[in-house]
Amino acid sequence: MKRVESIFEIIGPIMVGPSSSHTAGAVRIGRIAREILGGKPVKATILFHGSFAETYRGHGSDKAVVGGILGFSTDDLRIRDALEIAEKEGLEIEFKTVDLGEEYHPNTIKIVLEDSSGLKVWIVGSSIGGGNIIVTEVNGFEADISGDYHALITIHEDKPGMVAKITAILAKYGINIARMKVSRVKRGALAFSSIEVDQEIPLEVVHEVEKVEGIKLVRALKPI
Amino acid sequence: MVEFETLKDLIKLAKERKCKIGEIVWEYEAEVEGVSKEFVWNKMVKHWDVMKRSIENGLKENFELPCKIAKRYAKKFLKGKKFFLDDFMSKVVARALAVSEYNSAMGLVCAAPTAGSSGVIPAVIYSAAEKLNTSEREVILGLFTASGIGLIIANKASIAGSEAGCQAEVGAAAAMAAGALVELANGKPEQVDHAVAITLKSIMGLICDPVAGLVISPCIKRNAFGAVLAFLSAEMALTGVESLIPADEVIEAMDSVGRLMHPDLKETARGGIATTPTGERIREKVFKEGSLEPK
Repeated sequence: MKRVESIFEIIGPIMVGPSSSHTAGAVRIGRIAREILGGKPVKATILFHGSFAETYRGHGSDKAVVGGILGFSTDDLRIRDALEIAEKEGLEIEFKTVDLGEEYHPNTIKIVLEDSSGLKVWIVGSSIGGGNIIVTEVNGFEADISGDYHALITIHEDKPGMVAKITAILAKYGINIARMKVSRVKRGALAFSSIEVDQEIPLEVVHEVEKVEGIKLVRALKPI
Repeated sequence: MVEFETLKDLIKLAKERKCKIGEIVWEYEAEVEGVSKEFVWNKMVKHWDVMKRSIENGLKENFELPCKIAKRYAKKFLKGKKFFLDDFMSKVVARALAVSEYNSAMGLVCAAPTAGSSGVIPAVIYSAAEKLNTSEREVILGLFTASGIGLIIANKASIAGSEAGCQAEVGAAAAMAAGALVELANGKPEQVDHAVAITLKSIMGLICDPVAGLVISPCIKRNAFGAVLAFLSAEMALTGVESLIPADEVIEAMDSVGRLMHPDLKETARGGIATTPTGERIREKVFKEGSLEPK
């Protein structure tokens, strides 16, 4: 179990109720989906699994996840009106319930986002208690993103040296890696990496990684 | 470097320095986060502001509980004729209900230690400060005392209903509040220990059995119960009543009870009042409404 260091994890966080796992966690998962999309979404399909499927309306998890997709923080009272705000902003939303299978945490959401250019991002995230989350899938790749750190996300060609090139750029800017995950669906096709780091990732890093041959997508996420 | 693992450590430090436990916790936070004491102080003031506003909004704002499965009772309780409780205790109860109802309805609250138990500490500290005419400085120090106690409980046991039941949520909140009350009343550090121990012993083994999995029933009323328990434990400790078992050992016992507790009784809504015939009926209704496409 994670050791609690700061007293503001005890008195705090300041958040929109009613539940750190069903509200605050849902906001954070929605927010990560938006950050990975990297721009304004025009269509969102939200699939609730397990306990979320049963209680998402009562807990306001539907509003919370849409609030996150709109870019709100967990303490933003606009979450209460997120569905109306989404409509005004022209974000088309569809809610569904789904059974992803026993291997998924009971509080799991799958989110599919599309922007106006047709770029599509889908993630699977679980709210694992106390507002802590873990994003376990990004566009079909196995992932491991907690939202607690700054993180560099890439999708790239599965060939030797890709991860070394990315981490070399991070090292050049003095950025320390806290956690990382590399995965692929099949050999020689596309691969995914999520690198959680201790420092904020400057825009220059993103631009440099974009220039590496074989990189398909790069995103720098902030702690959420 | 201020370091503490147990309540005993915290009390020893307070006695050595002849200061309140709250002051030790304040200094600890600044050191562990590598920030100034002023920064930490201002952050706690901000948290206190949110707590105060949640009491006010919970009593004042016009809102309904989700899915309308329960009514709001804070105002009704405040205005209702009392046969047993005095005006002070009635306000404590009404305020705890108000914050919890506000939380259920997606209001802005300060988790303390969780959102589901966020009514206890605001109701207790606000009411005590009003009665004792406590300065804001002392109130903020009291919140540091409470958070220090909560930190120990979180690391030695748990503050999550899914891990250890409601004893870890409303129980922890009540223990934190009771310890803070002793310091607000200028009690001795040892009396904080007794107040925490008495509280946690009284609520030990309380399960987490939310109807339909929602933070409504029994959560809201349990916040009021936790607030009253905090005053009872603090008053006992302040009059010299001692706990036979020290608080640190009670916390360890709470941890082992939490581990022994069946998963059906830990926030899964598969036991307790959640699976009564009425509880099941409500769950079904919420599930049906929740599975409809949004309007």
